[in-house]
Amino acid sequence: MKIAILKYNAGNIMSVQFALKRLGYDAEVTSDEKIIRNSDRFIFPGVGEASSTMEYLRREGLDQLLKELNQPVLGICLGLQLMCAHSEERNTDCIGIFDVPVLKFEPVMNVPHMGWNTLKNTKGLLFEDINPGSYAYFVHSYYAAMSEYTVASCNYINDFSASLQRDNYFATQFHPEKSGDTGHIILKNFIEKA
Amino acid sequence: MLAKRIIPCLDIRNGQTVKGVNFVDIREVGDPVELGAKYAREGADELVYLDITASFEERKLFTDLVKRIALHLNIPFTVGGGINELADADRLLSAGADKVSINTSAVLKPDFITELAEKYGSQFVVCAVDAKLESDGKWWVYINGGRKKMDKELYSWLREVQERGAGEILFTSMNHDGTKNGYANEPLSKLSEMLSIPIIASGGAGEKEHFVDVFTKGKADAALAASIFHFNEIPIQELKDYLKKNKISIR
Repeated sequence: MKIAILKYNAGNIMSVQFALKRLGYDAEVTSDEKIIRNSDRFIFPGVGEASSTMEYLRREGLDQLLKELNQPVLGICLGLQLMCAHSEERNTDCIGIFDVPVLKFEPVMNVPHMGWNTLKNTKGLLFEDINPGSYAYFVHSYYAAMSEYTVASCNYINDFSASLQRDNYFATQFHPEKSGDTGHIILKNFIEKA
Repeated sequence: MLAKRIIPCLDIRNGQTVKGVNFVDIREVGDPVELGAKYAREGADELVYLDITASFEERKLFTDLVKRIALHLNIPFTVGGGINELADADRLLSAGADKVSINTSAVLKPDFITELAEKYGSQFVVCAVDAKLESDGKWWVYINGGRKKMDKELYSWLREVQERGAGEILFTSMNHDGTKNGYANEPLSKLSEMLSIPIIASGGAGEKEHFVDVFTKGKADAALAASIFHFNEIPIQELKDYLKKNKISIR
């Protein structure tokens, strides 16, 4: 099993690699097109800002590459948002794998939404063996709207997509690598069942 | 529903977890990685690792320890102590830390908060503050692990901290720390109403009731404690069951 994790100028990418190691898998952190194309699983992690990250992806041709992949792909946090069509964060056009808008939370409560929140209406292979109401760890100020691709939802200020799936593309707004046993199972499902 | 967080704090000195009372009389309580992993298994929502001597002796955190923690832990963790420049934060982020906590360096150089938030995002920046209620009726900010009083009043300082882009506040009441008589709920609830970023309460936990109080009366988003967990006076799972029974939103 060859697992590639996209390397780019963003926060805590190590933690995804470490989480996979806890599952018993070695993953390569890389931005090399050939390695990414030849991987069996590709993970697009991310903590950071949408427009500067999109700029980087375009410059490196990684946005196009991501659209062409046939193997299972998992976007995490900012990864999920950039796989959507458009983000309100600095009015950024994104990759468009999911035709879903990314919106800013109305600041009627603390923003960012940070901490453990419950997953609702979970479905699909990512959430096999996950009980509805399980908690996952979130840190974000923008959210993907509910859509036909939503395979898990969460409520903070309003309902939003906690996870999206279309064909071979999977994405979570929460951080499975930081979500305890629940996150462990979700990552395992992606690696072993997708 | 977003859960209130229970955060064990591990003070680190020379690679060991230690616990002091009122910032003095320090005892060793075990290996930071093993202890952290144990807390995660028991239901801790997050962990904080503070290198308690770093600021005073100008010592850097042990990056290797942070790497070991990141490899073994499946919940978020914050690292603090002796983070004085962007390079320190960069090193800790590369080692796998989810957030950094700054205290003395933020007070001495407030621009540092802004720089960190701009470079890594607010979610990466926890601003810790040690403060003491004094006879003039005001809360005053202390640095260097509670050793030095500053000419800064708590509320105005934390307002500035938020404006500069900190993502969270970790507030320790020096009057309450180590007493086991409960958290400083009055200033906590005032801070929670005044600010729009999460407040982590620290200092004073002794009984399970204190956690109910800090989430209801103190309106805190998270509660941090050390000795009651280190000496197993209140097992984390027992605490969380108790909080659930008292209608607190808990994972």
